[in-house]
Amino acid sequence: MATVQDFSNDIRPTWCPGCGDYGIWNSIKRGLVQAGLEPHQVTLVTGIGCGSKMNDYMHVNGIHTLHGRTLAVATGVKLANPEMQVICVHGDGDSYGEGGNHFLHSTRRNLGIVDVVEDNHVYGLTKGQYSPTSRPGFKTKTSPEGAFEGPVMPLAVALVQGATFVARGFALDIPHLADLLVAAIEHRGYALIDVMQPCVSFNRPMSYAWYRERVYKVEDEGHDPTDRAAALNKALEYPGDGRIPIGIIYQDESKPAYEELIPALKAGALHAQPLRTRPDADYDQLLREFV
Amino acid sequence: MSTMDTSFCIGGEAGQGVESSGAGFVQALSRAGLHVIGVPSYYSRIRGGHNFFTIRASNEPVHAIKDTIEVLLALNAETVAEHVADIVPGGAIIVDENVEIDAALLDGRDVHLVAMPMAEIAEKHGSPVMVNTATLAVAAAVVGLGLLPILNVIEENFGKKGGKIVDANRLVAQESYDLARKRYGDVLSFQLKAQQAPERLAIGTNHAFAMGALMAGCKFYSGYPMTPSTSVMEYMAGHAVDWGLVVKHAEDEIAAVNMCIGASYTGVRAMTATSGGGFDLMTEGISLAAMTETPLVIYLAQRPGPATGLATRTNQADLMMALFSSHGEFPRVVLAPHTPQEAFATAFRAFNLAEKYQCIVIVLSDQYDASSVITCDKTGFDMQAQTIDRGKVLSAQALDALPNYQRFAITDDGVSPRAYPGISPKAVYLTSGNEHRQDGHITEDAEVTSTMLDKRMLKLEGIQGEMRAPLRFGPEDAELTLLSWGSSYGPVFEAMSLLNAQGASVNLVQFVDLWPFPSMGAQEVLAGAKRLVAVEGNGTAQFATLLRMQTGIIVDETILKYDGRGFTAQYILDRLEVK
Repeated sequence: MATVQDFSNDIRPTWCPGCGDYGIWNSIKRGLVQAGLEPHQVTLVTGIGCGSKMNDYMHVNGIHTLHGRTLAVATGVKLANPEMQVICVHGDGDSYGEGGNHFLHSTRRNLGIVDVVEDNHVYGLTKGQYSPTSRPGFKTKTSPEGAFEGPVMPLAVALVQGATFVARGFALDIPHLADLLVAAIEHRGYALIDVMQPCVSFNRPMSYAWYRERVYKVEDEGHDPTDRAAALNKALEYPGDGRIPIGIIYQDESKPAYEELIPALKAGALHAQPLRTRPDADYDQLLREFV
Repeated sequence: MSTMDTSFCIGGEAGQGVESSGAGFVQALSRAGLHVIGVPSYYSRIRGGHNFFTIRASNEPVHAIKDTIEVLLALNAETVAEHVADIVPGGAIIVDENVEIDAALLDGRDVHLVAMPMAEIAEKHGSPVMVNTATLAVAAAVVGLGLLPILNVIEENFGKKGGKIVDANRLVAQESYDLARKRYGDVLSFQLKAQQAPERLAIGTNHAFAMGALMAGCKFYSGYPMTPSTSVMEYMAGHAVDWGLVVKHAEDEIAAVNMCIGASYTGVRAMTATSGGGFDLMTEGISLAAMTETPLVIYLAQRPGPATGLATRTNQADLMMALFSSHGEFPRVVLAPHTPQEAFATAFRAFNLAEKYQCIVIVLSDQYDASSVITCDKTGFDMQAQTIDRGKVLSAQALDALPNYQRFAITDDGVSPRAYPGISPKAVYLTSGNEHRQDGHITEDAEVTSTMLDKRMLKLEGIQGEMRAPLRFGPEDAELTLLSWGSSYGPVFEAMSLLNAQGASVNLVQFVDLWPFPSMGAQEVLAGAKRLVAVEGNGTAQFATLLRMQTGIIVDETILKYDGRGFTAQYILDRLEVK
């Protein structure tokens, strides 16, 4: 069985000291080990942003795509090779901004992808502009008067769209986040984990202490993740005035994953199937359609 | 035997079944052993407007429709008003006797009015929708084609709807045919007789390419509907279950192209199809495919732009876009098949080139070619005659024998062997849109940056060696050389043939492989050209510009068309002064 070391390489991250990405990075490696996966069985798809460089810092199949295109590329991988464990790791700008349409449709598609969103409520790699999840009034270089828009509510959007696994993690609680990842990997269909992530350089108001005061685990308070209405209430709790619920907010295992519905995938990964799936003589039927 | 050459035009408003009648009639004529071409002209609307479908049938091969018609099948009065001037002397108008047409339109014209109770016959046998069946049967009667080809197609097209519908249509066809033979069987001075001929396909570029792609082992298609490319996606979706394809109607073209990249990365032949506006959205993804050296095939069916332009019309104005879109520098291939047979073969070539050189291959078509149907000999669609080349791919066993595997290894030809992810613990690697080292990990190192660009561009040398010189038709030594690419081929060929038949000396040079530009081949073929005229469906002579850019050859004249309609031979002849 693989160890955390097997998912590591000798490339050192370029993240700031204290960045929440370290916690997410360690949680993912730990979660992959807990799930019993080997590096070649996983494709970690990322977008553009600080945290999207994660697959450069790991020994795992990786696709480091374009800004916002993480889910679209991942969808292609999973639809062509359902045996591959596909995990997306990208930021809130990548997922909810540039890739918003892909997010909207992935949440209703239920294709078996784990979608980890590093939600630090700010743009880090471009050095401090407000993001789709920034709170109103957040002053940055592109919102000098404070952001006017309300934030995207990813968990609520996912729920309303029919997502079957909706969770929130916290970058500083590595064992908890690793467990969420394992649950997401084992889930049938699309699994969203929105991760509260401190950005120590560009989002100082949302510090470690700020998060620690607010974060609580829904499982500690008897939340029933099969209750969609209760889940929606939890999803709407943050951002608000008070607390930040983390844990599995909603899970429905009764719906088939998208890939289960595609006849061509019953025979497994497309690349392992013969180039032509039927005897050569059959292909004359295709000509007959035009005679 | 003398040449039979009859053109039909079926016209009506959207919703009257102009296109399906046209397609059915083409099929009937093809099964009657005739050479046929059918070209639809329709508005971007579901109801109303004036749509028409032009069909030319002959016992000799046909390459284009004519500007004149012998028989007009008018499903409404407007069709008569629109097309009466195109009817040749001695031609005919088939119209329901209850459709009131302006008698003044026929004044002084040598045109036979074939007024028939087609709606009444259709109604009598169950439904007025069968009026189109009646109309085709009347057309078959007046030109002497016989009813058999029509009955044949009825069987085929309505078979799925059940025996009752087939029977009703047969009765309608028979009664209409018999009455038309009796009343108008000998009014026309020309005839179109069924011929003994080998079985032919009646097919357009979209379907020929899609069928070729399926046979070439395309297993993944993602796309977003956009006229005139949509029939490619519908073909793939319609064949997915029986032929082992995954077809995804994506949320937008950006998703579509990126899904293809993801699928291709796993080691499967993947493609998408779109038109200009959708291609615009895909250009970002093309650059990702380029940087990650992921094979990708894009079928681009052009229509007039900019913006929405004319959604259901044609042009050839996206050549420069196909050649130069997307940021950065990278190798790409652009091919422009000029016939359905070529489109079929191009599908195999496109996937072979994409995988062999791990690059993007763009196949250019346009609405004219995409929506037209033309009869082709079956021999042009022989799967066994095509080759499959998947390029350098390492198996798990081959990987075991290597000390280590580098996905983007520097090689003599710039092509690094692929290893599909997941097949072996030996092949675990990063594929990045950022500049990267040979092992795939990202870098900003100055030397590696230029080395990797050189590595990718080196692939162009191999690709260049596979680009074919332009095709020449007609005499080698001619007074006039017509230069064409893509869908202008048919009308230009026709124009050349007409001129040569009158004693002129004209040839046609058709470019099929457009990028990397076959400069050497172009120079050889065009070396002796005395008068070079570029014929293009755009307003700025894009191909002539490309030719000059790549070879220094300057054309003498251009004949351009950018009104959204395809070329006709007459349009070209009208603009040529041939001494």
